[in-house]
Order: sequence, then structure tokens, then C-alpha cells
Amino acid sequence: MFNYGDVLETINMVEREHLDIRTVTMGISLLPCISGSAESTARNVYDTVCEKAENIVKVTQELSREYGIPIVNKRVSVTPAAVVCAPFADKSHLIGKALDNAAKQLGIDFLGGYSALVHKGMADYERTFINSIPEVLADTERLCSSVNIGSTKSGINMDAVKLMGETVKKTAALTAARDGFGCAKLVVFCNAVEDNPFMAGAFHGIGESGAVINVGVSGPGVVRHAVECAHGADLSELAEVIKRTAFKITRAGQLIAREAAKRLNAEFGIVDLSLAPTPTVGDSVAAILEGIGLESVGTHGTTACLAMLNDAVKKGGIMASSRVGGLSGAFIPVSEDEGMIKAAERGDLNIDKLEAMTAVCSVGLDMIAVPGETSASTISAIIADEAAIGMINNKTTAVRIIPVPNKTVGDCVDFGGLLGRAPIMPVHKLSSEKFISRGGLIPAPIHSNKN
Amino acid sequence: MRAVLTVIGKDKTGIIAKVSAVLSGKGVNILDISQTILQEYFAMIMLVDLSDSEIPLSVLADECRALGEEIGMSIHVQHEDIFNAMHKV
Repeated sequence: MFNYGDVLETINMVEREHLDIRTVTMGISLLPCISGSAESTARNVYDTVCEKAENIVKVTQELSREYGIPIVNKRVSVTPAAVVCAPFADKSHLIGKALDNAAKQLGIDFLGGYSALVHKGMADYERTFINSIPEVLADTERLCSSVNIGSTKSGINMDAVKLMGETVKKTAALTAARDGFGCAKLVVFCNAVEDNPFMAGAFHGIGESGAVINVGVSGPGVVRHAVECAHGADLSELAEVIKRTAFKITRAGQLIAREAAKRLNAEFGIVDLSLAPTPTVGDSVAAILEGIGLESVGTHGTTACLAMLNDAVKKGGIMASSRVGGLSGAFIPVSEDEGMIKAAERGDLNIDKLEAMTAVCSVGLDMIAVPGETSASTISAIIADEAAIGMINNKTTAVRIIPVPNKTVGDCVDFGGLLGRAPIMPVHKLSSEKFISRGGLIPAPIHSNKN
Repeated sequence: MRAVLTVIGKDKTGIIAKVSAVLSGKGVNILDISQTILQEYFAMIMLVDLSDSEIPLSVLADECRALGEEIGMSIHVQHEDIFNAMHKV
């Protein structure tokens, strides 16, 4: 028989501390869909996604009721569409539309994988594909896009970095009526992973099999509660508390992942050990850092606290799951975290500090709203800085930035729902134009040569 | 399949009778039962077996939650594996 403490702890985690499974994401290979024309490929893509993920909503709802743990998001990721669209890149939008329609048919909120991998070089068809992203994001509702522009092994493709700065600006302009909402669905990666279940950066890697279930666990509220209860603990004791909590959360994720895979006729892929905040009060990563002892996230000591937190979550989680993957780290999306929003509004958290924080956690400058007048080259330079951190530290970094049209510092933008709201944060005004216009490739670092 | 049923709330008469009535009506067998009073609150944990149950676990969970709302208690029914996973190495 179970003891009261264990049973009540689990129930309290769900009822009071927002424990949930953040996402069950089915990765689907689109490679068998490629056929002679864009039109027939688009039909195959729609049929394949609808068939493989047909029961994803039903099954996850069932699991949630049986195990008594909310499963917040049900999503699908697919093979990077640039690969599927290679023979007819000028008609890539047809594939984008088919994917968006499939997401609607399945009843899921986001589908990821309108993506390109150009970390070492960019073929003509890939450039054409990337050029389609702004219009496709403006014309679709649920489709997410990502582009990998660098890796530790290959260096940083600065031509792609330049193009992505322009792409972000164009996406914002085409979705200006919704405050540049399209940019919230566009991620620029360095060291992108093939099995990430989290949006907007999820895609199903070429090395993956036909249909895979990847699960993202979460639980900032649970960790915060554990930290609050550990009165007087020193930091190594606190790390132990966080590890134990992460272990429990991850075990729940592993159980759901295996069961979901079985019921959906897919392989079990990975559990992603991420602390993913939501705008709900009590579900904040910033609040954990403040619970450790910072007056506000963003002040001195933030990077050190975050490093400890991130490492402890991984150590607890790795013991709990047979397969760990994805991004696996604490997320710090500004607009999706109540504590981050408040710190940014007070001016206690700026982009420079966020950049430093991304060196020790997952995943990058995420959901940051900047003035609409920010130039494409400045956005490219922000991307390049993040990519450099990822490349040198052998980790994934990303930029999801929204240059909000017609808004500036002092204004606020509200995307609603899980994407939250954000104050417009200032960027440096001095130019990076000449650096970005040089183009070329930043060579891979010396420590990438491991063979 | 076995599940853990928990009832938490302010103590009152007839809680076990009402819960047991729902379970026996659906063919759910009670394997073990344990109750205590924690800081004025009634807390009961039951281990139940659904092998001969007429309804799936998800429906039983919904019906018990509704019963809980009716009698002013919080009632959860969860697959036992969630507790095994989270609290046993």
C-alpha cells in the first residue's frame, strides 16, 4: 500500500503547484511523402500527418484522466520541410498550407517543422524556402518554423544569419496587424536538436524513425515549492532538493511517454527535462531564482543560481528516464514567465543579462519583444551572439525575437494564451551592419575537432 | 488494472459508505483501505482493482470527481503506476 505522504505529495503537486506534462509531441517523417509534384506531395503530407497523429488528442486526454496529471499540449513535429520541398522550393507554401490544415484537422494548437538546416551552407532551394517563411507564417495559424544557422561541428553560417535577420523583420511586417505575431512562431537555432518536443522549435530530424513520441515535462511551480520548503539549506543541499524533485517530475513524464507511444503505435523517443514556465502565476522559473535568494531575476547572482538550477534538474532527470533528449534545461522565455515579465517591466532584466543566462541554461533569447525600428542587421547580430554561445559551449541556443511594428520601449505587447505578454525591451543602438554584411562562415571552434 | 482512490476533505459521516456504493455499483473491488485524520482533514486512500469493472478507469475517475463535488470532498482516482513511478526508484 502507498503511504499518505507520497500520495498526497503527488496530488498537491498537480492541484497547487501546477505539475503537468507540458507536451506530448509526435514526430512524423515526411520523407515517404515526396513525389513528382508539389501538389501531390502536399496531399501526401496532409494524409500522412492526419493518419499517424489521428488519435493524439483522444489518447492524451485519456492518459490525463487515468493518471490524474494534466497534459497541456498535444503537438506534431515533422521532417524539416526544406528537405521535402527541395525539388519544388518555389511552391513550398503548398506544403506549409497542407501542414497547417492537418494541424486544424487534428485539433492541435501548433505543428512544427517548416524548417531548414543551413548551418554549413545554403543551397539555392534552401534560400528560396527560407524566403517563403514570412508569407507562410502570415498565411497560416498553427505552423511553426525554425532554421538552424550554426553548429559546434560546422561553425556559423553568417550568410544565413544575415538572411534570418531580414526574414524576422519581414515576418514582423507581414503580421504587423497582430503585433508581429508571426515572429513568435519562428526560431533561429545553433546546434538544433532532432528530437525537441517543444514549440516553436520542434522538428523531426532526418535521423529519426517514422513516428516517434517525445514528451516534455515541466514543473517550475513544483521546484519553487520544494525550494521554499528548504529553509536554511545551503546551496549544495538545495541542489539535492531540486534533484529529487526533478526525478519525480521526470518519472511521471517517462510513464506518460511510454504509454502514449504504445497507444499511438509510435516509438518512444525521449523525455525532455525542461522547466518550461507559463504566464500563470506560480509557474515561473524567475520565481525559483527569486526563491533561492535574489531580490529580482536579472540582478547579480542570477547566472549562478540558474546554472545550479539547470544542472540539478538534469541530474535528477537523467536518473529518472531511460532516454533523455530534446533541449533539456530551464527555459527563460520572457513573455511566457510572469516573473520575467515583471522584472523586464521594472527594468531589472535586460537583453545583455538574458544573453549571459543563456550560456548556462536552455535555450536562448526566447520570446523577447524589441522596438519595431530595430534593424535587420541588429537582429542578425543578436542571432550571431547567441549562436556563438551555443557553438563554443557545445549546446543548443536559439533566438525567438519579435521586432514589434510601430511599438517602442515603454510599450507592451500581448500575444495571449501560452505566448503571454512582454514589455518592449531596449537593444543597443550602435550599428553591427558592417560585421553582418561581411557574410561567410565563422569557422568551427578548435574543440570541435575531436576525431 | 489497479488504481489508487484518494478522498480528502473536512471529516463528516458516511464518506466511506458513499464512495463504496459507487465502487460496488461499477464492479470495482476494494483491495485495501486506510484512513486517517490529518489536521482536522479526513484523508483516505483506497487501492482498488478494476479487472472486473464495467467502466474504464478514465470514466471512474470522472464519476468519482463528480461524487466528490456533490459531497464537498476532493476525490481522485489515478492509475497506481503514477505513484510507483514518482516515489519508488
